[in-house]
Amino acid sequence: MFEYMGDRISNAIKNIRGMGKITEDNINDAMKEIRMALLEADVNYSVVKEFTSKVKEKALGEEVSKSLKPDEVFIKIVKDELVELLGGDYVPLHTEDKFEVIMLCGLQGSGKTTTAGKLANMLRKKHSRKPLLVACDIYRPAAIDQLKQIGNSLNIPVYTEDNKNVLEIVNHSIEYAKENELDYVIIDTAGRLQIDEVLMQELKDVASSVSLNEIILVIDAMMGQDAINVITGFNENLSLTGCILTKMDGDTKGGVALSLRHLTNVPIKFVGDSEKMDGLSEFYPVRMAERILDMGDILSIAEKVEGIVSEDDAKIQAEKLKKGTFDLEDFLTTMKQIKKLGPLENILKMLPGARNMGLNNINIDPKDMAHVEAIILSMTPYERRHPEVLKATRKQRIAKGSGRSVEEVNRLLKQFEMMQKMMKQMSNGKMKMPF
Amino acid sequence: MGFFNKLKNLISKKEEVKDKIEQEEIKNYDEGLKKTRENFISKLNVLGIKYTKVNEEYFEELENILIMADIGVNTVMKFMDKLRDRVKSENITDTEYLKEVIVDELLIIYVEGESLSDKINIASSGPTVILMVGVNGVGKTTTIAKLAHKYISEGKKVMMIAGDTFRAGAVNQLGIWANRTGAEFYGKEETDPASVIYDGLIKAKELNADIVLIDTAGRLQNKVNLMKELEKINKVIETHIEGAPHETLLVIDASTGQNGIMQAKSFKEITNITGIVLTKLDGTAKGGIVLAIKEEVNLPVKFIGLGEKMTDLKPFDIENYIYGLFKDMI
Repeated sequence: MFEYMGDRISNAIKNIRGMGKITEDNINDAMKEIRMALLEADVNYSVVKEFTSKVKEKALGEEVSKSLKPDEVFIKIVKDELVELLGGDYVPLHTEDKFEVIMLCGLQGSGKTTTAGKLANMLRKKHSRKPLLVACDIYRPAAIDQLKQIGNSLNIPVYTEDNKNVLEIVNHSIEYAKENELDYVIIDTAGRLQIDEVLMQELKDVASSVSLNEIILVIDAMMGQDAINVITGFNENLSLTGCILTKMDGDTKGGVALSLRHLTNVPIKFVGDSEKMDGLSEFYPVRMAERILDMGDILSIAEKVEGIVSEDDAKIQAEKLKKGTFDLEDFLTTMKQIKKLGPLENILKMLPGARNMGLNNINIDPKDMAHVEAIILSMTPYERRHPEVLKATRKQRIAKGSGRSVEEVNRLLKQFEMMQKMMKQMSNGKMKMPF
Repeated sequence: MGFFNKLKNLISKKEEVKDKIEQEEIKNYDEGLKKTRENFISKLNVLGIKYTKVNEEYFEELENILIMADIGVNTVMKFMDKLRDRVKSENITDTEYLKEVIVDELLIIYVEGESLSDKINIASSGPTVILMVGVNGVGKTTTIAKLAHKYISEGKKVMMIAGDTFRAGAVNQLGIWANRTGAEFYGKEETDPASVIYDGLIKAKELNADIVLIDTAGRLQNKVNLMKELEKINKVIETHIEGAPHETLLVIDASTGQNGIMQAKSFKEITNITGIVLTKLDGTAKGGIVLAIKEEVNLPVKFIGLGEKMTDLKPFDIENYIYGLFKDMI
């Protein structure tokens, strides 16, 4: 998402490296570059102006000019300011109450219905809640049908009603939730323009007569400068408690994220980063700032892994890696776990220095992973534990069984051997773990 | 003053026109763009009041206004350089006059370069196939409904094919629109889009449809697999009907920022995009990104969406568009 903007900022910072100290003259180019990077990312014009002048002012401050490593100090200034822009602390979704009601709103096509499904899925998985999806988009054809299908695929109940009164639907759905021991009501509403007074009134009516724990604006990360009008418009009418930025898996530069909190004080709670139902990530300003500056986001990777691999399993595997007894059987298990993490590209992007290593633009064909899996699955369990027994005839059988070529089988074995060696070196302390 | 005078003439001429339809059309543009315009115009006017002389501050504020209209940083920077040159060489000091120069230069951005047709290419015989593509949530399905309405009211036989087999409810959504507009419909859920489109095209030929509108799933332009799928869809259409698709329209949301340029570039690489439909222009977004897209990718806008009604899709007319944007200034 922020890769491109990050690249330009990193470049600007690189140029500062090697300078004895920061002076107004020598950071002007860097500041210009940062300004363009932010503007090209659709960051609000006034935010850009404020940001650049703040960074410049701090950079020219006394501490920096005395520093021996001006580029490092400069990066820190930029990072701190980015964190500030992105809103400082992470504001989680409200989940403390026994019974919660949350309403999603936004423009047409921002991704409310999909996000409703993702939220329900996450609440059930991570917070052990029993969500109810409520279909209140009574205008768009088949919108109710869409939510029903999403609920079906997730096995989460969906409340629908043939009624043109949204407030009534909401009230009935809350009754329904209570009767059926469901404890987190997610209201999906129709897309509307923030200047559409009639439709805004509909939401205001709900907000004023129903006790809502959260009113969340769902907003497209590809939005340009009009984003601020939209957010302000919704916020003035509904007192938003948060935002969810969608479609962040595109190549948008996501400048909205940088303008939003700063100009409205509405926190970003999640970003939508895939079309799958688990494609919703918490938004941590510090981590995001580090990603913009290519400093990696190890914490998010660790959390993702935590949700999938149990601690015991992880220990056993780590032990095996250390002893060098990690075999193809273990490899297969690991691969299956990695698959659960979602698209591998998303993980690689979060590694420190990812852009420097060119990992940000990698496209991994899920088919390649499937081929590797097929090859390993065509081995007998004995062969997987003792790959050294694999000679020509066995390899031919495996190639046939998996529908791949012998060369591919060889390549896989070679790579596995190399990986084993690397792992041994790492555990011997000769090499640092990449993470 | 080139364009500006032309615009004035155009407006006074248009006001004399008794032709109801044309009046109606101008009114529509006017109302649809009202919110878009108000903001932009008041800013330009304030600029004129605030500064009686052309100086660096004036330029900075103008730059701000243009960027806020989503015209795109590169396009704006180039535009500003050009404007600065003109101010210098023509020795312009009067901000009132500069306003005219600004409008003039803005129009040049759009009309410069290879002139592309803003008309829809209709097949000389057999069905005219129009393929709709774009990222998620821009309004492809709704635009198809509006296009169907337009062609049906022109007496054409229209067929819709539901090529979005991915999003939940998408086939149903288009089906409902077919029903409401009176179009023929072909769709099947949970299948490969290319095969649905193949079957749909056979049915379109059987039914002797004049216009075939094909919906596709929203896809982010950096998703390689989805873009490959689009390539396949294109091949199926190409091999099935000669010269088809006659139009491939990229639907772009008016609120899109500079990612719109990336969208136009990426989709153009995969398919032969013939034009843009700019949707949701009835909001506060200015849709300025189309100027950048025209400049950088050379794609013209063919239709704009000005509201949720079936009649709210209008052919794009740069003169009407600018007329709508700048009416209050003149």
